[in-house]
Amino acid sequence: MTSEALPLAGSLRKRRRPGEAVIRGLLFIAAALSILTTVGIVFELGNEALLFFRSEEASLAEFLSSTHWQPAILDFGIWPLVLSTLTTSVTAMVVALPVGLATAIYLSEYATPRVRGTVKPVLEILAGIPTVVYGYFALTFMTPLLRSILGVSMVEIFNTASAGIVVGILIIPLVSSMSEDALHAVPMSLREASFAVGATKLETSLRVVLPGALSGITAAFVVSISRAIGETMVVAIAAGAGPKNFTFGEDSLFGYILNPFVAGETMTGHIVRISGGDLSYNSIDYNSIFAIGLALFVITLTLNILSRRFVARFREVYE
Amino acid sequence: MTTVGKPGVNERKSVDLSVPGRTTTEAATYTVAMEAVDLNAFYGKFRAVRDVNLSFRDRQITALIGPSGCGKSTLLRTLNRMNDLVPGARAEGEVRFHGQNIFEASVDPVELRRRVGMVFQKPNPFPKTIYQNVAWGARINGMRQNLDELVEYSLRQAALWDEVKDKLDESGYSLSGGQQQRLCIARAIAVKPEIILMDEPTSALDPVATLRIEELIQELKVNYTIIIVTHNMQQAARASDHTVFLNMDSDRAGYVVEAGTTGTLFTKPARQETEDYITGRFG
Amino acid sequence: MTPAGTETGGRASDLLRSSSQMRRRQRRGLIARFALLAALMVAVAALVTLIVTILNSSFGLVAVENARSPSELVTSRGYAEDTALGDLSKEDLVALLEAEISTNLGRRFEREQRFFDNRLVFEDPYVLNDLCMTDEPPPACYLPARSHSDVEALVVERVVEPTIVGTWSFFSSTFSREEIEAHAAEKYPGAELEHRSWLSWDFVISPQSPEPAIAGIRTALLGSLWVVLITLIFSFPIGVGAAIYLEEYARENRLTAILQTNINNLAGVPSIIYGMLGLAIFVRTLEVITSGSFLGTGGEATANGRTIVSAGLTLGLLILPIIIINAQEAIRAVPGSLRQAGMALGSTRWQTVRSHVLPNALPGILTGTILAVARALGETAPLVVVGASTFITTDPSGPFSKFTVLPIQIYQWTSRPQDEFRNIAAAAILVLLVLLLTLNTAAVILRNKYSRRTA
Repeated sequence: MTSEALPLAGSLRKRRRPGEAVIRGLLFIAAALSILTTVGIVFELGNEALLFFRSEEASLAEFLSSTHWQPAILDFGIWPLVLSTLTTSVTAMVVALPVGLATAIYLSEYATPRVRGTVKPVLEILAGIPTVVYGYFALTFMTPLLRSILGVSMVEIFNTASAGIVVGILIIPLVSSMSEDALHAVPMSLREASFAVGATKLETSLRVVLPGALSGITAAFVVSISRAIGETMVVAIAAGAGPKNFTFGEDSLFGYILNPFVAGETMTGHIVRISGGDLSYNSIDYNSIFAIGLALFVITLTLNILSRRFVARFREVYE
Repeated sequence: MTTVGKPGVNERKSVDLSVPGRTTTEAATYTVAMEAVDLNAFYGKFRAVRDVNLSFRDRQITALIGPSGCGKSTLLRTLNRMNDLVPGARAEGEVRFHGQNIFEASVDPVELRRRVGMVFQKPNPFPKTIYQNVAWGARINGMRQNLDELVEYSLRQAALWDEVKDKLDESGYSLSGGQQQRLCIARAIAVKPEIILMDEPTSALDPVATLRIEELIQELKVNYTIIIVTHNMQQAARASDHTVFLNMDSDRAGYVVEAGTTGTLFTKPARQETEDYITGRFG
Repeated sequence: MTPAGTETGGRASDLLRSSSQMRRRQRRGLIARFALLAALMVAVAALVTLIVTILNSSFGLVAVENARSPSELVTSRGYAEDTALGDLSKEDLVALLEAEISTNLGRRFEREQRFFDNRLVFEDPYVLNDLCMTDEPPPACYLPARSHSDVEALVVERVVEPTIVGTWSFFSSTFSREEIEAHAAEKYPGAELEHRSWLSWDFVISPQSPEPAIAGIRTALLGSLWVVLITLIFSFPIGVGAAIYLEEYARENRLTAILQTNINNLAGVPSIIYGMLGLAIFVRTLEVITSGSFLGTGGEATANGRTIVSAGLTLGLLILPIIIINAQEAIRAVPGSLRQAGMALGSTRWQTVRSHVLPNALPGILTGTILAVARALGETAPLVVVGASTFITTDPSGPFSKFTVLPIQIYQWTSRPQDEFRNIAAAAILVLLVLLLTLNTAAVILRNKYSRRTA
């Protein structure tokens, strides 16, 4: 028995396909451009912030310790801006967390297809409305509402509470859609097991599904906080213009420093106000907003990375 | 590429006296279309196929059978380097095609796949017209003339022409499952391959459609070397000239237990393992 | 009592207790269900309230005070008292202007555009002739004469000079009309009450103006279109290209993981940070390019780098991650069997991508892109930082013009203390929302069509 192989007919030799390589290269460049964006952000923010901290007028120590932000007299302490940001963000979370989570639980565990079909588009529309419109809403509806309920003397025309509540409304869709994803990832078998031992729907939802989805829901919360901190137009329009400078010991903590019903300028609000005016490059004002921007970038990036860790955890468990 | 029927392959006479499924008489001389030498296939660290040595005869039908997960499909997909497309997949050893190892760096996988075509488990026509389904492969391989003729020829070869000649402009998806699979065969034929790999081509089809494909495969063997993976032993016995039985070892790596003419393998298997499998006594 | 009796009795009461406990649990469940539903209604109520608030400010009564009453003007030309200004002939309207405005102002108007083709009203023919000989002749030298409605608008603007002195929301206008009338009669004795829709076609096509009654969003709308066009030209090819690379070409390695993580992180960066990036890179560093001075045009001296290009590129970077992520999802949804079929025929990667993957992913990619464009259309903060102009009345003439966009216009009007600006801000919001709704509807239609086809 003999065998012979077919002789080579037509070459299998690699053909040169320069077009293919060029396209691959171009596509890679497109993908790599996003790295450039990040590098650009880090470099530009870092560079300008460095100029700011190295300047005679400001220092990193002052930036991180002073409770006054008054560029006019060269006081550059970030705390007034940070605390106002904190006030609006906490207010926003107080609104968005319960409402968003409850909405998610209802949609995932209770809602009929018809209710889902109605509510989902509403949430999508809410998520698609530009933030400047929410700013208008805060100023022309929420602020008058708060003032009429709590009294004109208690609530200032520009106040962090009104802005915070509206930011909260704005991030409800984010909280609810991410939480719902997490709830959906909990396997049906867990619910069935719970029903099979005689649990009611509420008990199943709260004691079985919710704990099962906890890391995903935590991710939703964390990303929402990040979003609230970075939100700009609502606070720029409704929260007030001018940093809420304070002095420990002199100003009451809850009466003024953390009081949401007085005006306060957030980090984002300050950047918008300063850059919206006539800003000359290479001035300390110009550099200072980059220092704030860098702080903002670091905070939100940390929160986003943290959030993705949580998401990865619940994916790991169920997928 | 001159002759439509059998491009690229030499026209030397080869003598093969074996009658499919009938006799144990071996051919005096035969031509090998493709040969695997010490072939191992991996997914990352996992070895899916172990030490395979096989030769696939020219213009014959070779069936690969074995329990599911034993690496039949992996072996098949290694033969035209389709597995390159799976992240982490790699192969060691050699697969010789026209005397050349297809894993060599100088080999063009695109050209290789043009000459070693493939038909998949589920019919996967392009969401285009029937005509475009057949013509596309030829077009990207630089054939621009006589496309109409080529389409007709390929569809005739796939025994589909009469059913679709009046609706070439309709979507490939308008066909039944069996017709779609024959369309996929026509599509493979249109680029004039030498070998056609078939990965359980009838597993998604009903018995009638399955039978048609099996008949078609018999007809195609005149012009093409066919290597077919099947989960169906009857199909292997009915439709192939040679059968390779693969099993997997304790590490879940597939290896060749026995290979031979289909008749021999099914009637007088040399190995107990094979007998257990074909008589259904398998685990 | 026997131990057995105790046991039975205990069991019976257990059963009783458990059933009442069951009822309590059920009731708790019901209450919770309503609480959850109420929370969900908050979201719905928020949307309704927001839209009602905007509608409420877009329509309503206004008190208008005229510097000269139109009836007085028409009688001065010999018409009946109740004749509308628009019914006067063009000659009469021009005569009114002649009588009421200064010659200097009249000349200015006439240099912009003549009143009559065959004669001049304010300007000296010799002066105009000389002007037309100069390098930069005034528009009057080549434009046709003003139309009747144009002249009428001039009369209203310059002679009648209507000023809105008070505005009321739609609700109060509808439900407490009498109180408003009494209040207006007392506070603005010379004013007339009339219904006004702040949103009107005039509003859409009029340029920006410091006077809310005649201000419009034409400039901003055109600015938005220009900016979004640049954004799209920049981010669509790059975004889709990046998605193709990541889904079809990239191997599973560290570099790919870094690229993907980086894109995900960029999607979460606050938009204002992009504004700062745009300010630093496009406005400052690349000023030579973004100001258009590299072309030697340098048309507008004030533009520097704060141009439509800078704004568009900034928003392009902003929506790039969104486009990439959406396009990746669309590409991933294309069944792998199509790719395998293509590759098995001896096609190259790009041939398969171009012929099979892209056509099938296209509806999904377009849906994602439309949504991303909607996002860009509504962005405000980054453009404030990049340097939108606070006040421009001329239409953008190209990518190197100064810019303003609709959201910026809304922001600026909202920030003004006067009520009338709130009204036009609301009207502008309505226009913006209609635009966004159109885009979203288009996306939804595309998505539905697509999912039905693949199903």
